[in-house]
Amino acid sequence: MSTRHYENPSATTAMLAGLAALLVFAALGAALKADLGSGAPAARAAQPQAAAALIDTAQAGLPRRLSETGLYAAAGGIEPRNAPFSPQYPLWTDGAAKRRWIYLPPGSSIDVSDVDVWRFPIGTKLWKEFAWGGRKVETRLLWHTESGWRFATYLWTADQRDALLAPAEGMAGVLALAGGKQVSIPSRMDCLSCHAAAPAVVMGFGALQLSDDRDPLAPHAEPLPAGALTLRALVAADRFSPPRPELVERPPRIQASDPAARAAIGYLSTNCGACHNSTGPLARLGFDLLHKVAGEGWAPEPALRTTLNAPTRYAVPGIPADSTRFVAAGEPARSALLYRMASRRPAAQMPPLGTVVTDSAAVDLVQRWISELGGEAASPQAGEWAHR
Amino acid sequence: MKKQSIVTAIAAALVALAILSIAAQWTPQTAVAGSAAKGDVARGAYLVKVMVCNDCHTPWVMGPRGPEPDMKRELSGHPQDLTMPPAPALGEGPWVWAGAGTNTAFAGPWGVSFTANLTPDSETGLGKWTEETFIQAMRTGRHEGQGRPILPPMPWPWFGQASDEDLKAIFAYLQTLPPIKNRVPQPIEPAEAH
Repeated sequence: MSTRHYENPSATTAMLAGLAALLVFAALGAALKADLGSGAPAARAAQPQAAAALIDTAQAGLPRRLSETGLYAAAGGIEPRNAPFSPQYPLWTDGAAKRRWIYLPPGSSIDVSDVDVWRFPIGTKLWKEFAWGGRKVETRLLWHTESGWRFATYLWTADQRDALLAPAEGMAGVLALAGGKQVSIPSRMDCLSCHAAAPAVVMGFGALQLSDDRDPLAPHAEPLPAGALTLRALVAADRFSPPRPELVERPPRIQASDPAARAAIGYLSTNCGACHNSTGPLARLGFDLLHKVAGEGWAPEPALRTTLNAPTRYAVPGIPADSTRFVAAGEPARSALLYRMASRRPAAQMPPLGTVVTDSAAVDLVQRWISELGGEAASPQAGEWAHR
Repeated sequence: MKKQSIVTAIAAALVALAILSIAAQWTPQTAVAGSAAKGDVARGAYLVKVMVCNDCHTPWVMGPRGPEPDMKRELSGHPQDLTMPPAPALGEGPWVWAGAGTNTAFAGPWGVSFTANLTPDSETGLGKWTEETFIQAMRTGRHEGQGRPILPPMPWPWFGQASDEDLKAIFAYLQTLPPIKNRVPQPIEPAEAH
């Protein structure tokens, strides 16, 4: 080997500089070790509220009657300190008429440093009442106590005077619906199935749900009750910490190619995003249907990025093996999402709990949305993570 | 000349250092999944044995002394290349379900269910599961711990009453098995089963 090259100092310097650069890159790689080469979703690095937030699953110590939870005023009617609210994309619950209220301790504020994961003060209570045909059946309570979030549900008596704490295992068949279907009271485990898998324990009271830019096509959209809390009211009452005036100046809204897509994505965010998100136990499946307000205006919508033409192990009956897609753009028949949300066979239905009657209006909307989707190529993430 | 040897030696050392530091950052895929199994593996092996997981999750074959579990495919579930014909229609009466000779496929009013691959294969088994998912599945009887119901004849209501320590031990033992790539078919719904 000729030594002439090595007698050239600038060549030696260049070689050593190149090696130094290589070492710098290696050091940078070490600093980013969590993301390098692992193949695991970046979600693992996130700290979802449900994992960080304490959940107290005890049945003991819960008020035995709904009238003891602070929802009602002594003189009758709803206690004025409890404010009504209405999420713009309500959860489908077999056609129940629902009313919701929140109690925030006076002078307290909601930690909205993460605009998608609100952290509520100790003492916060949320109630949700379910009624069919004018008859109250169930009222659920979420209560943020010192020992963590507590879950309780109350079954209304036939005389409608009060509701009694349901057992932890729930109660099957408390109301008959048309077609032989039965409404049941969920078990506490059922509650946790969704509320502990979502990034925020509280799902109906958040930035997208309370936006003043309400989606007129949202399935089962409810008119705002008088005095309902929206983002505007919460900002005006200085209930956010840090203050987030932008939530009123630029109200959260799903950006989509057309109004039907906006409504479909909003519906899926509420009805599917509790489990199908990027931070919960099913993150490794790779399907994220939960809308992120923080991503509006710059990030691709997670539902579109992770589901379009994404392979899925689920085989839609009658469709050739391996050709089912989570959402097959332009082809509703090949879309597992549509098939499963339209089914109410226990092993097929989606969501897997909380509903026994198909949401026909939503099925029509989602079918229309899928039909009108262009032939977007599968996103790079689709199929990258093998899933069962 | 000596100066050049020193420079060459330093250069070689730097290259080696660079290669080693980059190589050290590649962790195997299996080391990164959720919370690692922390249970008592020996106890888990014992529990898997006495809770007869192998009866259904290992395909049975005809051996020299009669039917036996094929332990070369230990706990890998229904063989992916065994396509089942339509289930027999049993009609009315007390005979309500039928099972495959491998003991890995069962037909009944629920349709057809197939026993899962419990080996830690990352694509087709439990390789990416966490201890929490496993415990949640056994306690709730839900697929992946929160999805569709786990179908019969999996006796999860009984197994779900095992202690946390025992469920953790079972999961820890399962994660030590040789991973076997076997993609068990999805369950078949009742209307399509016959």
